[in-house]
Amino acid sequence: MTHLVEIARPKRTVELTIDGQTVRVPEGTTILDACKTLGTNIPTLCYLETLHPVNVCRVCVVEVQNARVLVPACSRTVEPDMVVSTDSERVRHSRKMVLEFLASSVDLSTTPDVDGWLASYDCKPERYGPPAPDEAAGERDALPTGHHAPPNAEYAATVGQPVKVDNDLYVRDYGKCILCYKCVEGCGTDYQNTFAIAVAGRGFDARISTEFAVELPKSACVYCGNCIAVCPTGALMFKSEFDRREAGTWDESKQTQVSTICPYCGVGCTLELHVQDNEIVRVTSPLDHDITRGNLCIKGRFGWRFVQNRGPRPMGGGNGQAGGSAPRGGEAGGAGGNGAGDGHG
Amino acid sequence: MDLKLLDVGPTDEEREAIDTRLGPPASGWDGGERVAQRDAHVAFGGHAARARRNELLPALHAVQSRVGWISEGAFNYICARLDVPPAEAWGVATFYALLATTPRPKRVLHVCDDICCRTRGARAVLEALEQKHGAAHPRALGDGRLELSDDDVMWLPSPCLGMCDEAPAALLTVAGREPIERLVGGLTADRALAMLEAKDDAENVSRIPLPQRGQPGLRLLKRIGVVDPTSLDAYRASDGYQGLRRAFELGREGVIREVLDSKLLGRGGAAFPAGRKWDAVARQPERPHYLICNADESEPGTFKDRVLMEGDPFAVVEAMTIAAYATGCEQGFVYIRGEYPLAIERVQNAIDDARARGFLGDRILGQPFRFDIEVRKGAGAYICGEETAVFNSIEGFRGEPRNKPPFPVQVGLFGKPTVINNVETLANVPFIMLEGGPAFAKIGTEQSTGSKLFCLCGSVVKPGVYEVTFGATLRDLLAQAGGVTPGHTAQCILLGGAAGLFIRPDELDIPLTFEGARAAKATLGSGVIMVFDETADMGDVLRRVAAFFRDESCGQCVPCRVGTVRQEEALHRLAVNKPRGSVADELALLDEIGLAMKDASICGLGQTAYSAVESAVKRCGIFDGRRAR
Repeated sequence: MTHLVEIARPKRTVELTIDGQTVRVPEGTTILDACKTLGTNIPTLCYLETLHPVNVCRVCVVEVQNARVLVPACSRTVEPDMVVSTDSERVRHSRKMVLEFLASSVDLSTTPDVDGWLASYDCKPERYGPPAPDEAAGERDALPTGHHAPPNAEYAATVGQPVKVDNDLYVRDYGKCILCYKCVEGCGTDYQNTFAIAVAGRGFDARISTEFAVELPKSACVYCGNCIAVCPTGALMFKSEFDRREAGTWDESKQTQVSTICPYCGVGCTLELHVQDNEIVRVTSPLDHDITRGNLCIKGRFGWRFVQNRGPRPMGGGNGQAGGSAPRGGEAGGAGGNGAGDGHG
Repeated sequence: MDLKLLDVGPTDEEREAIDTRLGPPASGWDGGERVAQRDAHVAFGGHAARARRNELLPALHAVQSRVGWISEGAFNYICARLDVPPAEAWGVATFYALLATTPRPKRVLHVCDDICCRTRGARAVLEALEQKHGAAHPRALGDGRLELSDDDVMWLPSPCLGMCDEAPAALLTVAGREPIERLVGGLTADRALAMLEAKDDAENVSRIPLPQRGQPGLRLLKRIGVVDPTSLDAYRASDGYQGLRRAFELGREGVIREVLDSKLLGRGGAAFPAGRKWDAVARQPERPHYLICNADESEPGTFKDRVLMEGDPFAVVEAMTIAAYATGCEQGFVYIRGEYPLAIERVQNAIDDARARGFLGDRILGQPFRFDIEVRKGAGAYICGEETAVFNSIEGFRGEPRNKPPFPVQVGLFGKPTVINNVETLANVPFIMLEGGPAFAKIGTEQSTGSKLFCLCGSVVKPGVYEVTFGATLRDLLAQAGGVTPGHTAQCILLGGAAGLFIRPDELDIPLTFEGARAAKATLGSGVIMVFDETADMGDVLRRVAAFFRDESCGQCVPCRVGTVRQEEALHRLAVNKPRGSVADELALLDEIGLAMKDASICGLGQTAYSAVESAVKRCGIFDGRRAR
């Protein structure tokens, strides 16, 4: 008996025009990927190659001839004879406004690349007025859905609020959150299937939240840190990074990256150790790894304190932080800030 | 799924409310009592529970209408019953304005302060309530106080309640075993206080605004106010179910051919050809197909679908049955906004009666065709009228619009091909069956066939729902409604709702057809014609339009989420006369914000959030007097 060998259906190619240049790409390609083949740069915030595109930030919009409105390049797939403009006046206007909207309502100080975009699109976020004072802790989490408080003629509304520090591993600074949905996707259906966080509320009051906005240790969070890995603005941040930034000792120019393999289990995830002053300050994993796609578990992400604890320093001496409810199996590393001069290595 | 739930259980009352909706739990695994012999060694029920995710919103409603708010315990129990992660369910519960997640009294009065009501006396009502009961604050009783007394009451401002003909209006909700929900018009301060203070529960009667009642030549409105809307026999005695019989004679393809020939355009606002939608779904090999009747009418100023559902609910059921037959659907949903209790009751009654008499269910009228309808109740979210947001809402997710393409005819409810039509669109279908598509196409104009319902309100002598054959002008229709209130002159007229636009009183010769409105750079939208006289503070009206969109934006995409805020702020600065720079600077800024919302938003809400403001500024020139300063 002969066996049928399944052969994937050959992909047809689609020809389209981008900014006057003809390009042929396999069907099913997104406009964004088609642009990449031409070397055309399109800004993105909510897009990540390892997640399903949600196309909510709208910074990647492009103009498609005969379409009523602009389309998101990150999710729209190419069609034959499409005529795309990536830098038309309409496109530039919408990108400028989207970036202004974000810059005037969210703290983008730790968002990579954004300063260049703000400059190249001539953004003036200050024209909406001075930013409103931050809300008190928990205020935005409790905003009712429905009628909102009237606006203030002096200030531009923002999502400003205190940083949530409720565990020893990572912090949530939702004053920096652009609501890109990446953390929700990473925590939920795209990777972790933990569903500890979701978008709650509606409109400008929408926010990333646990149920009843409980603290993370009470939630379903398993501290895999995959949300931190996908966060584009630094709203989710290693506690070790956060503390150094607060203390003014975070310095990326002094950091080196070391590739290694996680020692904990047989999966063998690739780790990128970010090292500053001979301390591991952050751990990432490459997105293009065929197994992990940039994801880790709590051990690979946070369980490297033992590396710092070797040598002459007494066990457990470096963690000078106040209590908190550290989850089992992980400890914040490098946060003591007093290990820099220990001089081993 | 291994859920991590907060360690709080439901009260007996909450458990009973939820079990009444969902049935009793099967085991300890889905919230029931843990029986060691049964539950200790095998996990079961996960897939079955998760398959019921679409019952999340009905379960939340069950607690809300029984207790008045959804406590952590009730919430946990629902999550356990349906195997929904609590964070996701929290995202759903906090999406809807009619669901409370902090302690709330059983008796709540939702007072409309939207554009029509606020120019028709709502202000006095709101001020009286505030004076006696304090400022509206949904969390007023949430601060640490968990024990509510039976005497506690609360009032809240509400977006448009679809009672604009009787403005000002309010919705009274009283939670309990026999919950009371009443939509009341013609509200006075005294009446509002009496309703809030439990002296007046209001009657459950339909006061249908129908100045044309019983006139010859009416089609969609012919039974309303004339034929008993609760009686299937009365419906059948007035040509009811003749359309369905004719449909069975025509066959599935014949029905679609007639609807295509009729050139019926969607009446929800987008004016898409209904026949093309049906044809596309009927051709999809993927099964099952679903049918949705979109009755989430929440466009400020719109109340025609409420009138159809309250006054002629069997017609909605019959029309849905015809649509389902043609497009191969076995399951239909009517998604009715939560602010329409009587419409929900009437449509539910019609479905129950139709099912009992063989007009729904297996072998309808003896044909090899099975179809049933379920009513789904919205919970206070304008965005859920967006066709793909309805899908998410029914499925038990946040009512956020989906990206298109793929379109609903390909990937709709539960990922299956779906027909979704507005109530009024469907109400035309029985006529098309009886008259034939070509005959229907002869009514009206070449491109706008049949008749159209318009909702007249504001400063007119006889506000209400009017049916006109396409071709009449705005002037004709206003004349039918007795013109502008005597002693007043029109300042501007809102066409098509908050997502429509304002026109000047000298533009009354605009033909009320899809093509005529388009040619005049206007839109019929959902059929709203709201007249503002010289007493209306248009700056304030615009501020409310902007506040409405800011409240109702789902928050997904940046242009709409932040753009609606920046638009409201600019209009607020203009209203309080504190512009940043000059008035002209603010208007230029508004234009920039509006263009980005129109061009870059995901769905129609953001894309139209500037249109009314833009028209008021550019077409009606409401800031012209101040521009020079």
